[in-house]
Amino acid sequence: MTTSFLRRGWVMALLACLLLAPVVAIAVDDPSEMLPDPAQEQRAEAIGAQLRCLVCQNESIEDSSADLARDLRHVVREHVAKGESNRQIMDWMVNRYGNFIRLKPPLTIGTLLLWVMPLLALGIGIGVAWWTFRRPRASTPPPLTDEERRRLSDLTRTR
Amino acid sequence: MNDTSLPPSPTRRRLLMAAPLVVAGGAGVAFWRMLSGMSRGSFDPHDIHAPALNRPVPDFALPDQAPGTGFSAQDLRALKTPVLVNYFASWCIPCVAEMPVLNVLKDRLPIWGIAYKDKPEHALGFVQRAGNPYARIAADRDGLTAIDWGVSGVPETFLIGPGGVIRWHTASPITESMIANTIMPLADSLKS
Repeated sequence: MTTSFLRRGWVMALLACLLLAPVVAIAVDDPSEMLPDPAQEQRAEAIGAQLRCLVCQNESIEDSSADLARDLRHVVREHVAKGESNRQIMDWMVNRYGNFIRLKPPLTIGTLLLWVMPLLALGIGIGVAWWTFRRPRASTPPPLTDEERRRLSDLTRTR
Repeated sequence: MNDTSLPPSPTRRRLLMAAPLVVAGGAGVAFWRMLSGMSRGSFDPHDIHAPALNRPVPDFALPDQAPGTGFSAQDLRALKTPVLVNYFASWCIPCVAEMPVLNVLKDRLPIWGIAYKDKPEHALGFVQRAGNPYARIAADRDGLTAIDWGVSGVPETFLIGPGGVIRWHTASPITESMIANTIMPLADSLKS
């Protein structure tokens, strides 16, 4: 009992380590890609980390080694060097690739609906349940007629 | 006679029974439509919906790619009839696969090619082997024009209407059914 508990504890600890380990992937694989100004390079990396690589689709362009990701990193750095704001660069990308390129989707009616769907479903479920179970109790059955009374006493007598 | 005393009335019971069936049926129809759209090529879940639709082509000017001549945004904007712009590369397998279809289509709709990140001699060899479906061919060596168009890979194809406006887009290889069901009807409607 205790040994299995201990073993499970170890597994949990290991899992926690894996999950919580900071993801320090070296962003750019070629130093010549980097901007000379460290502050600008840091900004470019922060922007790139929010952009989806459209080839691998679940990696940021900073993490991906795909060709397109390298080109997009280059484009981001060009825009940063030109002195554009993060917002401007993000808009430039979204203009070309849609919101799909953002790893963090913006709050729109569509995404909002996605988030509140469980609550909506729960609400609808409660509504249906309330509607189904409440109504029969509201109407009390009418009193038995004479004939029904007679039938009832017949039935109980035979038993 | 004494129906009213029965707690759930039959119609309500039937309604409650039907509700899940209706929902399941609706979901079934939706899935069927989605899957049949996937096989016909009209629905592609991997397609990144190009926000470029119904916008004029971005500014660019690309050099010649042998055996064709290059073109620019001005050339496309000066057009009075629709053309198909097809991004391709010699290193791209789906591009090889769509060549026979493009070779049939070229007689009905002019196709302009853009060689994406390709060595000139490789692109030339590819086009010659494929039987050259292109009326003009430009070279996008660094792939930056493609990014401006919202291209995420090859092959990618755009239908350009009069005035250089992007009217349709696909990120998958062109198929015969795509031509018959989508491209030609749209191109014909843009001509008139």
